[in-house]
Amino acid sequence: MLKFILRRILIMIPQLFLLSVLIFLLAKAMPGDALTGQLAANPKMDPQTLEEMREKLGLNDPVHIQYIRWVKNMLQGDLGLSYTHQQPVTDLLAGRVGNTVLLSAAILVLTYLIAIPLGIVSGRWTDTWADKLIVGYSYIGYATPLFIFALIMLFVFGFHLGWFPTGGSVDIQVEEGTLAYYLSKLNHLMLPALSGALINTVGIIQYLRSEIIDTKVKDFVKTARAKGVPERQIYWRHILRNSFLPIAAFLGYEITGLIGGSVFLESIYSYPGLGQLFLQSIMQRDYSVVTALVMISGVATLVGTLLSDIILSAVDPRIRIE
Amino acid sequence: MSKQPLLEIERLRVSFQIEGAYYAAVDDVSLVIEENEVVALVGESGCGKSALALSIMGLHPPEKTKVEGRLLFKGTNLLSLSVSELNRIRGKEIGMIFQDPLTALNPLMTVGRQIEESMNYHLRLPAEEKKKRTIRLLERVGIPEPEKVYHRYPHELSGGMRQRVVIAIAIACEPSLLIADEPTTALDVTIQAQIMELLKELQRQMKTSIILITHDLGVVAEMADRVAVMYAGEIVELADVDTIFHRPLHPYTRSLLQSIPSAQVKKDRLHVIQGIVPPLHKLPRRGCRFQPRISWIGAEQHELEPQLREVEPGHWVRCTCYRHFHFPDDQMTREVDYGAS
Repeated sequence: MLKFILRRILIMIPQLFLLSVLIFLLAKAMPGDALTGQLAANPKMDPQTLEEMREKLGLNDPVHIQYIRWVKNMLQGDLGLSYTHQQPVTDLLAGRVGNTVLLSAAILVLTYLIAIPLGIVSGRWTDTWADKLIVGYSYIGYATPLFIFALIMLFVFGFHLGWFPTGGSVDIQVEEGTLAYYLSKLNHLMLPALSGALINTVGIIQYLRSEIIDTKVKDFVKTARAKGVPERQIYWRHILRNSFLPIAAFLGYEITGLIGGSVFLESIYSYPGLGQLFLQSIMQRDYSVVTALVMISGVATLVGTLLSDIILSAVDPRIRIE
Repeated sequence: MSKQPLLEIERLRVSFQIEGAYYAAVDDVSLVIEENEVVALVGESGCGKSALALSIMGLHPPEKTKVEGRLLFKGTNLLSLSVSELNRIRGKEIGMIFQDPLTALNPLMTVGRQIEESMNYHLRLPAEEKKKRTIRLLERVGIPEPEKVYHRYPHELSGGMRQRVVIAIAIACEPSLLIADEPTTALDVTIQAQIMELLKELQRQMKTSIILITHDLGVVAEMADRVAVMYAGEIVELADVDTIFHRPLHPYTRSLLQSIPSAQVKKDRLHVIQGIVPPLHKLPRRGCRFQPRISWIGAEQHELEPQLREVEPGHWVRCTCYRHFHFPDDQMTREVDYGAS
């Protein structure tokens, strides 16, 4: 097991290399550079000064030199300087990563809390009214874009009913570390997390439902019935355990997907996390931030795949990784 | 006849729902299984033999299946029981051996736990006792190193070993009736013989009655006391095993026996029965169901409402067409060329 994980991490090195080259080239191919954004903010800037700044920042060096410099710095934990925020990217990220992790975790937990009971009801009692309701919900959920749904939620529960705050991650007036502070954080988290989970969950509901429908007609379920096992145990021990396997394997990917999914949510709810920063930085051509964030989500994807494999091998005895 | 038979199947009809209407896959079948008796159910695929077996165990999905008639097991009608009442009989009094050992075991449970599962509900044994009994069972079905296999998962065993585990599950609580639904069909020929040998041995030791479902006539000859030949949901001939093999009467039984390749008589061609079993919803519900496949026998030779009649003690045949049956002339046969040299 340990050997497998080490080997997988070794394989990740060339993958990361390719990823970094790709990201770097794409960032370079974006129209404009870091200074174009500043120019927009301050059109009176002298072209002569701009050129000097470019020279000083190394933006006129050959591409491969720039790439090597970028990688070297990155390996030393220096993700560069955000031109718009005039602050090291690492500091910028550090202030926000906690919020994104919190939001992602909340979405993940809510997603599974909703998906598992609904999927079970729907898969076990197929074609009942409950199943039809759940399937109906999941089709609507599939068809609804997250950013539209989040806007509706924001309008109804945040603006119209006023049950939840409409932006930020915490009330600025409360003191850090107090109970009120944590409650305020939770209060700010609820709406974005629920919006994300309600949309995110439909895929898992559908998946679980069809897994259960497939599993309940399998031969080993007949064997169990022929043993005289009560119906409840048939479901728990035989059908559900087998149906959860692919869902468990999904978990790893799900974690990765949430980082990308948070881009819309964080922007709509003005939630100060990585996703919001990502969108802002693209708008402002703050490419050192953009490349850092893309790189992070790339690493997260690779780690997520590894995580999925590890989870699967832990729950399925047929998959033993050596 | 004073003793109560183990299982009395009375006018059993099992119907499946196809596009809204019900069609009988098992049609008016009556059969008695005595204690310590092996009855073979023979017939080609789709003749209703598995549907019959599954209905005894109550394993048909209730929303798509209609089971009518009576299934008297030791005097209790199984069809009148609720699922939880039935669960006291399934696994304890009646054990079932399934066809495909590759799919009949739960991939996520160890062999030991799967065998113990039925004991959990039928015999209240302390954990140690249960494990000992399970290991004895594994030994009994011929599994080497039972202590190790106890902790194994199904995928770590070969097909033959898995079928032994399936058998161990079926006999875990020493049932008085075993239903073996084509227990060797999915196995290699050499393994088939071993498994049949094992079943025979277990039957002798435990004095269990067996309903053996198969289309392998070799297996029938070796194990069965009595044989029920099924065609298109009906029993067409019922007799003891010697009579079936030496004095078969019904055209279908005779055709089946005719199509066994024999090592003694070197034939260039294999006999085949013309046509196929019609699909369930196209089955003729009147007259002799085998008539379309022996078209050279005149319609007037068949009964309009074919009955199963006792033609000699213990030998039952359906329809009168057997009296006039002969194998077709050469030019009428459509035979398979079997590599004639």
